Amino acid sequence: MSKVRVLAGTRKGAFVLTSDGARDDWEISGPHFAGWEIYHMKGSPADPDRLWASQSSGWSGQVIQRSDDGGQTWAPVGNKFAYNGTPGTHQWYDGTPHPWEFARVWHLEPALDDPDTVYAGVEDAGLFRSADGGQTWAELNSLREHDSGPSWQPGAGGMCLHTLLLDPSAPGRMFAAISAAGAFRSDDAGTTWRPINRGLQSEGIPDPDAEVGHCVHRLAMHPDRPGVLFMQKHWDVMRSDDAGESWREISGNLPTDFGFPIDVHAHEPDTIYVVPITSDAEHFPPEGKLRVYRSRTGGDDWEPLTRGLPQQHCYVNVLRDAMAVDSLDECGVYFGTTGGQVYASADAGDTWAPIVRDLPAVLSVEVQTLP
Amino acid sequence: MIRVVLPAHLRILARAEAEVQLEVTGPVTQRSVLDALEARYPMLEGTIRGHDGGPRRAFIRFFACEQDLSHEPPDDPLPSPVAAGTEPYLIVGAMAGG
Repeated sequence: MSKVRVLAGTRKGAFVLTSDGARDDWEISGPHFAGWEIYHMKGSPADPDRLWASQSSGWSGQVIQRSDDGGQTWAPVGNKFAYNGTPGTHQWYDGTPHPWEFARVWHLEPALDDPDTVYAGVEDAGLFRSADGGQTWAELNSLREHDSGPSWQPGAGGMCLHTLLLDPSAPGRMFAAISAAGAFRSDDAGTTWRPINRGLQSEGIPDPDAEVGHCVHRLAMHPDRPGVLFMQKHWDVMRSDDAGESWREISGNLPTDFGFPIDVHAHEPDTIYVVPITSDAEHFPPEGKLRVYRSRTGGDDWEPLTRGLPQQHCYVNVLRDAMAVDSLDECGVYFGTTGGQVYASADAGDTWAPIVRDLPAVLSVEVQTLP
Repeated sequence: MIRVVLPAHLRILARAEAEVQLEVTGPVTQRSVLDALEARYPMLEGTIRGHDGGPRRAFIRFFACEQDLSHEPPDDPLPSPVAAGTEPYLIVGAMAGG
């Protein structure tokens, strides 16, 4: 019988949640790396027992952990993230030049076909790659060195590269998103990059055709249809049908189009999920009701999913990397909150139940579907 | 032997006891002690100071013999009781940063 393994990174450690395919009864392991921030954990598609975790703290900086046995044991690997050459400056919040400084790894994206290769999206925004199981890291520096780089500014959470999508149909094509620079695409395995933000409209940017400067919160793609991208922007939910060449808004009837995560149903490329959040100033659900919104039409037309979710006095947030789907026949959907709950739906979002209620603030959720 | 006391979060990372004992060849300085510590526990590289012997991380402090040595030059000799192994060299997580 199939199993699922949920990897939850939190403000104070990592948790591994496992269940059989029924997804009713959960075994909870953790905290791993207690006391450290775990920005992201993810398993290799090429070897599901190989897991990666980004571990960091204000005291001691960045550590990368690797497990080769599905999260039962872990060992630290290389943690030297050195920008290539002299990294130069980007804009600081006040518009002055600010040196590029490594802060932490936000996102780890394992290669699709090689368990020893993994990408790391970091703050200050840059992309690194390891091809030796995490022992050493090399920057794919042309992204940071894009002509627009000196004009990039941090979002409120820092200037982070938080999303990396690998196109399974076109080796070498990848999509990255940076707050608050925007979305970028490479067609040559990260050797060159170009912004793909045409059609984004962002308050605070006077130029409606601005190439960069957009606060993209998250990108999502269905692996069977990688030319279609979905985006949760600071405000606005967006869609591209041409691999990012152009975007159109699909916020439709959402109660608010501010939010962080966005994800796609495992078997229905036009079924997508977001969690509307009141505003950039009020990082909690509208009316204190935690609602996932689902569109079965690829956007514009959305329905609230509320069964099993708190519908009063709920003031948590759901962060950008804290939603994921499994690939069982009935698609499971998962998300974690800043209040420490990890919710699961075994029926594509129709009903929800918490797997755990009282973890530290959840920073990321990933799911593995196992044989 | 030089005695080094690690903060709890690094003790767990290194899978080490609270106090580790290190053989240091040559002058006993903060740099030589940290070099020996990182040679024994490579996973601590970058967590106390920058890689390749870089500067102390902002929220890590170094104490010994009731003195704060955090701002002392890394190549200055450590107090003789540390070099003699009668007093430990303390690596401390500052009361901030966590």
